[in-house]
Amino acid sequence: MSRLEFYSTSSSQRVVEGLYRELEHRIVASPPGLCPVDLAASFLKLCHAQTCGKCVPCRVGLRQLELLLEDVLNGDATEETIDLIEQTARVISDSADCAIGYKAADMVLKGVTGFREDYEEHVRHGRCSCNLDQPVPCVAQCPAGVDIPGYIALVGAGRYADAVRLIRKDNPFPGACGLVCEHPCEARCRRNMIEGAVNIRGLKRYAVDHAGIVPAPECAEPTGKKVAIVGGGPGGLSAAYYLALMGHAVTVFEQRKQLGGMLRYGIPSYRLPREELQKDIDCILSTGVQVRCGVEIGTDISLDELYRDYDAIYISIGAHNDKKVGIEGEDARGVVSAVEMLRAIGDGTMPDFTGKNVAVIGGGNVAMDCTRSAIRLGAKTVSVVYRRRQQDMTALAEEVEGAIAEGAELLTMKAPVRIEADENGDCAALWVQPQRVGAIDRAGRPTPEPADAPEQRVPADIIIVAIGQGIEYKHFEASGVPVHRGAFAALSSGGIENKKGVFAGGDCVTGPATVIKAIAAGKVAAANIDEYLGFEHIIDVDVEIPAPDLDKRPSCGRSELAMEKSFERKENFNCIECGFTDEEAKQEASRCLRCDHFGYGIFKGGRNKQW
Amino acid sequence: MVNAIIDNIRVSVPENTSILQAARSVGIAIPSLCYLKGVNEIGACRVCLVEVEGVEKLVASCNNPLREGMVIHTNSPRVRRSRRTNVELLLSQHNCDCPYCVRSGNCELQRLANDLGLSHLNYHKDLPHANWNQNFPLVRDASKCIKCMRCVQVCDKIQNLKVWDVSNTGSRTTVNVSGNRTIEQADCSLCGQCITHCPVGALRERDDSQRAFAALADPDKITVVQIAPAVRAAWGESLGLPREQATVKRLVAALRRMGFDYIFDTNFSADLTIMEEGSEFIEKLKNRENEKFPMFTSCCPGWVRFLKSQYPDMVPQLSSAKSPQQMFGAVAKSYYAELLGVDPKRIYSVSVMPCVAKKHECDIPVMNDAGAGQDVDLVLTTREIDRMIRAEHIDANALKEEEFDAPLGTGTGAAVIFGATGGVMEAALRSAYYLVTGQNPAPDAFKEVRGVPEGWKEAKFDIAGATVRVAVASGLGNTRRLIEAIRAGKVEYEFVEIMACPGGCAGGGGQPIHEGCELAATRGEVLYGLDEVNNLRFSHENPSVQKLYADYLGAPLSHRAHELLHTDHEAWEMPLSPMIKKA
Repeated sequence: MSRLEFYSTSSSQRVVEGLYRELEHRIVASPPGLCPVDLAASFLKLCHAQTCGKCVPCRVGLRQLELLLEDVLNGDATEETIDLIEQTARVISDSADCAIGYKAADMVLKGVTGFREDYEEHVRHGRCSCNLDQPVPCVAQCPAGVDIPGYIALVGAGRYADAVRLIRKDNPFPGACGLVCEHPCEARCRRNMIEGAVNIRGLKRYAVDHAGIVPAPECAEPTGKKVAIVGGGPGGLSAAYYLALMGHAVTVFEQRKQLGGMLRYGIPSYRLPREELQKDIDCILSTGVQVRCGVEIGTDISLDELYRDYDAIYISIGAHNDKKVGIEGEDARGVVSAVEMLRAIGDGTMPDFTGKNVAVIGGGNVAMDCTRSAIRLGAKTVSVVYRRRQQDMTALAEEVEGAIAEGAELLTMKAPVRIEADENGDCAALWVQPQRVGAIDRAGRPTPEPADAPEQRVPADIIIVAIGQGIEYKHFEASGVPVHRGAFAALSSGGIENKKGVFAGGDCVTGPATVIKAIAAGKVAAANIDEYLGFEHIIDVDVEIPAPDLDKRPSCGRSELAMEKSFERKENFNCIECGFTDEEAKQEASRCLRCDHFGYGIFKGGRNKQW
Repeated sequence: MVNAIIDNIRVSVPENTSILQAARSVGIAIPSLCYLKGVNEIGACRVCLVEVEGVEKLVASCNNPLREGMVIHTNSPRVRRSRRTNVELLLSQHNCDCPYCVRSGNCELQRLANDLGLSHLNYHKDLPHANWNQNFPLVRDASKCIKCMRCVQVCDKIQNLKVWDVSNTGSRTTVNVSGNRTIEQADCSLCGQCITHCPVGALRERDDSQRAFAALADPDKITVVQIAPAVRAAWGESLGLPREQATVKRLVAALRRMGFDYIFDTNFSADLTIMEEGSEFIEKLKNRENEKFPMFTSCCPGWVRFLKSQYPDMVPQLSSAKSPQQMFGAVAKSYYAELLGVDPKRIYSVSVMPCVAKKHECDIPVMNDAGAGQDVDLVLTTREIDRMIRAEHIDANALKEEEFDAPLGTGTGAAVIFGATGGVMEAALRSAYYLVTGQNPAPDAFKEVRGVPEGWKEAKFDIAGATVRVAVASGLGNTRRLIEAIRAGKVEYEFVEIMACPGGCAGGGGQPIHEGCELAATRGEVLYGLDEVNNLRFSHENPSVQKLYADYLGAPLSHRAHELLHTDHEAWEMPLSPMIKKA
């Protein structure tokens, strides 16, 4: 035997590595609504397979936990069993020698405390409290419940206008969403089990790009009811669109000069070209929605007046207030909020950053929008100052990578301390305190702690604060709209307790969220306002969905949308993302596994044809 | 048309025909288990798989259409292996205690396993278990459920009650009452359609046959049995009797052989129901301005349960008349006890019904108006009475026809059609016409309300110058559509007949089960035939009913008639629909 040997991976080990990768894919594609106890039991079995067998708690304890969980799932357990599970897991967590044991026990502990009611349901009634309302994962994950397999099939069949009509049944912003939706639909796409999610957003964009002008459907008979929409963003306009289709007379009150809300005043045109946004808005307005721009509720008209003059009101004012960092020197000239800057750009007022050093504070999508806009406005340097690591940023990874490609510098693990102004009161630099990585917080991100290192100076002529937005709720609160933690307290129906006929939704209820969530809230509000007004209008579309092919399984990776070259795109505000080629779109559409037909979809309805 | 080749046979079928239907159209019987045409085409059991040339995986033939140019093999080695294995897997989770299963001999899984020639199981037996209240009229055995989902679909799509849903996950996935309710808490109508569409013995009615035998064996009890109209159109099916042989008189003979003391006909009390309900309707018509219309029939307990749970505000619109079953019970333990000169408490009142909900109806606490315990002590479904006949080893083929006992064994043609959708309406209109005009209409004057349409049937009749608008619906999905239309003011009627089961009692949830066949219409034809040949076509001409009024009750709607023959539908609790609770 040699003194040392160089080991190469055995073939069985290579297969196991492959299986690990498949398992990762599988976990990514986990359908919503699974039984948490069953999952915990399954995870536990995997954990137990990893044990080396040396120590008692891990070798025997995990097995006993497995058996106890089986008892719970089989309906053979009592409440005492749950206590025994908890107690055993605690002992394993306390006494196992290595992480294989104590982390496995921690997982069980988290479950037995985190979803104890589900354990109890199993014990008492022999069943799970979870349920699966929407079996098609992409549709289940889409807040607006867009018929995704339906429009993908239509794209595959070359019926782009039908695809747009189908999307509009649930979402009147197919153009905007094709460009900027955060696509939660892709997260649990079953194709993840094979290679990777279908590029759903890319296909939506392709459909819109190739559909031409698709007119809105006919409106129902006028009902004689008047609805006021406060705020002309994606949520307000969605509600307006559906209410107009239902035959109600809708007026949108918009504080700014133009409609679009954050789509116009938050998202720069290189991500969402204005003409694309305008196409969606034009279609919405073609239903007869009346618009009054430049009208502020609380200043120009009071909510009480609307309450008097309209049969129902939908408040969708979004979250447009800036938040301050709260550091010394924040009032220096040259310190601007992200909201302020993007709002000006939205109305076409471009600040000139030529030759300036710009620092952006924040790590979210808005911070990236500001960063990439600043680059396009001629800044000499743009630094993104963030107190955590790059992977902890809440911005989409592609946004961060795009910013880096365009020349932004990430200054991570740096907490802003104060702003240094020159003798004229203009800001000169941002002082930051280096941070070190600390313990994991509840959201799974490490908490930054001040490092034992001196403060650093980041030269900056312009400092953009992009650390979140608040809601301008004062006037509404005074008129009786309840406020909870800085947002309107609305029910899941959108309705507001004790204020009949007033509904609210979108960012002003949830806090800053996504476009598709605002659209979904608008859709929900439209349905419930219609019902409140005493109607049961149905929104549907007469588009026949192509039957699925029987064979959709040949392996094929996911196509990504190409980007314009970074050194060219950073010179202007033109759209940076390229749509699919015809070939890519066809191939990507053919990757859809049609969960509306195969599997559970065909049983529990893969499709809501109307709402 | 689409052209393809299945097992080397050329087929040409209309577009969108499933592979399974296409194959069956040329005599190739692809086996299936979960498939229920038009209701459950979900490819869950994977028994109907076929191999399509050029397609990698096997294809479920029940829910995939035949396409142009397909070359299909229904018995290739891969198909054969998959089919056999999938049936074995189903058996590994199925309680195969077949000798004492009510579906033994009429079980799709058993038939399939036998067809495939399975002689042993390669897998571990892994039986699920669940608790179920064995005293509830509807009994579910989780260990026999094959998760075909038919019950879920029938309840969702046909009956629109959504009582069943999928429960639990992974290999423990099963069917249970939806919304994590127990069956007692559910707004189940007890129509029993889930039972008659279950391919195995997972769903059945509570078996009361042993209680019936115990009563027959008790020398202190006088057993009185009534036979519902629709039972006579179906009882012979599972005993192998041809329809013309399976007359009610042979069933009478069988029950007499079993030892029942007095054998009567629910037709008698159906005629009585018409007298009461028809009179009630005429009274309401006279008082049109102050009454709320439509008036609803109340003889179907599944429908009463439905209305109480789904639209409780409309319960006052139900006729206060009891169902024929309950009228019979009340008369048996009062008038008939007097005729016999016995203590009514000695009478043990049994009914044979095509229905599961009747088992609940007889147990409703207020159904004891004769003052001798429950007016009806025990309800047996058609299936149970068939099982009792077999248990007694009575050779149904050798039975000679025997007459009902008198006087409660007399019924008219108007009564026998109670067992088909539209029958109650038709019978009521025949007598209402007489009660208003003093003259009989032509017996078939109201036959427009017959038949099983999509949705509901409506008709308009003129009775002595007054227009009466009527509607008839069967099946609770159709019923909900009708009620919603009434509530929305889209339609207006004075009188509405509802039967919970599609096609009425002929298709009742207590009737014999035939895989893949809906026999309501065929059985309904039998009943209309019996009406046609009856000398008596009008309820008011039933001599026994006339005598009952003359000797005992006085007139319809009299005080005594109200005591015995009417009920307060709001005197008992029914779980509300979860939709109402939410609102």
